[in-house]
Amino acid sequence: MALTGVEIFKLLPKTNCKKCGHPTCLAFAMKLAQRQASLDACPDVSEDAKKVLGEASAPPVRPITLGTGDKSVKMGEETVLFRHEKKFVNPCAFAVEVKDTMSEADINKICDDVNSSEMDRVGQKLRIDAIFISNASNDASKFEAAAKTVAAKAPSAAIILGTENAQNAEAAVKAVADRKPLLFGANGSNAEAMAGIAKANKIALGVSAKGLEALSALTEKIKGLGVEDMVIDPGAKTAKEIINENTLIRRAAIKKNFKPLGYPVITFAQRDDVMLETLIAVACVAKYSSIVVLSSVEKWKSLALFTVRQNIYTDPQVPMQVEQKIYKIGEPTADSPLMITTNFSLTYFIVSGEIENSKVPCRLAVMDSEGLSVLTAWAAGKFTASKIAQFLKDSGIENEIKHRELIIPGYVAIMSGAIEEKLPGWKVTVGPREANALPAFLKSR
Amino acid sequence: MAFVEPKESFAGKVYQLTIGSDKTAVFGGENALPFLTVDGNYPNKPVIAYEIQDVPPTDWPDTVRKAYENVSGDPVTWAKYCQNELNAQAIALRLVGTHPDRENRSAEDAAKTVKEVLAAINVPLIILGSNNAEKDSVVLVAAAEAAKDKNCVIGKAQEANYKTIAAAAMANNHKLIAMSELDINLSKQLNILITQMGFDKERLVTDPMCSALGYGLEYTYSVMERIRLAALTQNDATMQPPILADVGMYVWKVKETQAAEADVPAWGNVEQRGITWEVVTAGSLMVSGAELLIMRHPEAVKAVQKFIDELN
Repeated sequence: MALTGVEIFKLLPKTNCKKCGHPTCLAFAMKLAQRQASLDACPDVSEDAKKVLGEASAPPVRPITLGTGDKSVKMGEETVLFRHEKKFVNPCAFAVEVKDTMSEADINKICDDVNSSEMDRVGQKLRIDAIFISNASNDASKFEAAAKTVAAKAPSAAIILGTENAQNAEAAVKAVADRKPLLFGANGSNAEAMAGIAKANKIALGVSAKGLEALSALTEKIKGLGVEDMVIDPGAKTAKEIINENTLIRRAAIKKNFKPLGYPVITFAQRDDVMLETLIAVACVAKYSSIVVLSSVEKWKSLALFTVRQNIYTDPQVPMQVEQKIYKIGEPTADSPLMITTNFSLTYFIVSGEIENSKVPCRLAVMDSEGLSVLTAWAAGKFTASKIAQFLKDSGIENEIKHRELIIPGYVAIMSGAIEEKLPGWKVTVGPREANALPAFLKSR
Repeated sequence: MAFVEPKESFAGKVYQLTIGSDKTAVFGGENALPFLTVDGNYPNKPVIAYEIQDVPPTDWPDTVRKAYENVSGDPVTWAKYCQNELNAQAIALRLVGTHPDRENRSAEDAAKTVKEVLAAINVPLIILGSNNAEKDSVVLVAAAEAAKDKNCVIGKAQEANYKTIAAAAMANNHKLIAMSELDINLSKQLNILITQMGFDKERLVTDPMCSALGYGLEYTYSVMERIRLAALTQNDATMQPPILADVGMYVWKVKETQAAEADVPAWGNVEQRGITWEVVTAGSLMVSGAELLIMRHPEAVKAVQKFIDELN
């Protein structure tokens, strides 16, 4: 159970030595209760207190790293149920399934798809993170061969080995041990053997049971066998089961600090119908899965899933920003209008959307205003005449266009004179106050 | 440590709405967060309405325009096609042609279109203006009268024009969409203003404004989620009307639904991509709280329909 600040305070040295960086032990205790400080900061805490507090102050969802190297994926560490409360911490990983019954050519093809899946969206590099190799053949040598093929052909993807057969697992884990694979498939009947392999190879273990009661009993048992890093599967298959079970797991972990379910969740979203599979994956992204297993990689599907993951995992307290630059909308010529606005992503999306609606090709200068909207940025001194003038001069726009007219948002009409002063030879035109008036404004020019 | 299922039950409940006069559609009525049947009841599936327009959809991208190539020349043929061939549960007629920057059709013309469409179908009709606040307050009044007693959904009433539109919806026995811009407090305030006119809160639909995947979806997602939480946990009656996600018109104007594969090879097939964009936007918003959706592409509607079946 989570401890309150006062309960934690009772276990601290009460010396107010300030070595932890906080003015008093009580202040430090309050920070610990809110999980905003780590107990390591206190040099004098007793071993007993460490044990009690360590249990209580551990993150409610255990952090697990999938894969190795700079493309490894952190999972877990979540602290809330709803994204408006606080940022969802670690975006889920997408994995694609490879079956060991597939031909080597087919396996290679999927590896190539994964290798080339990386795309850039709003400054983030997004990709299919992992390959789930399933032991569909139930044959040890085929499983090991598939693992080796994937390891060789997809050098940066994380590897998940899916089998319920401990003997088959043994050889495959050894073959790709340096990649720190996640071994998936511990269940009620093979737990000892699977835990033994995970422990010996220092890898995380995927644990599966039907229903949350059985699942919590199983994770407790495996923890008792010496394996701490686990990923759990409550056996949810339909969209309804996924939403219900994942919500109960997240609630138990966060609201009740129930450790046996405080692990990242893996969900199997594979469907014959690719659109339905995409929708199941959407439910997984929104509702708390940490690994989503897919059956195939299609570029359009990846783009949509990467984008929804990015949207859901955006920090609600930090405005989304777009890159400062001059965006071309349609195919503007040297005579097309030039407009300016700020780099709050919603402002950009709405303004550029309305310009597109107008069908008038334009250039839209988007100035870095730390993600503030036009009026707020102006009020905060981040969207001023001198900054606008500097931005336009540095952008090199004067070599790209023939005219010298800048259209500014109606809300900052007051700046038009000041901008003309800072930009000799330029004419400033005041545009509409609201973006939805842009089509009429542009068409009437 | 023994496992105890952390179920939650709520004091509040979303109002259940029935629309249409011949064949009807029912949505809302749940006392749980979306599809969380472990906590309570989710008695009605979300309803999807097919969007049609009073003028040909010349501004729709190819992928979705092609789906209606032979029927979208006039709204009656289009509506019948949606009902009879696509098995639409409901139809949303957008009177976009009345916008002063478009064809600038008159309120009388709009009323005539509404009557013709209503005569041709028996599923519920949602009647939407062109989102020009001034013009809508004339057009939607005429449309509401033309559809008197057909139990349609009229929209959208906004801060600038809610009085006339709400009065017309009330006088002619319709449901009403109240739309505000991506802010739970604005949404609550508009619902209060409308109910203060004597409009029954159990006849309202809240539209907190939709956004497309990648273009502000997270804002709509969280506003919807917060509205649902306020309705259930705080038993806030002003937040208990069902939520509308007007998906199609926001999705089918972003570049991901139109850029040719030749221009952006990394994005893959443009048709699949466009449909997926509508599907993912609709699916996300359903998971966050929408009970009524307006969509465009038949393949997208079919996919979301399958998802809904799996959720119930």
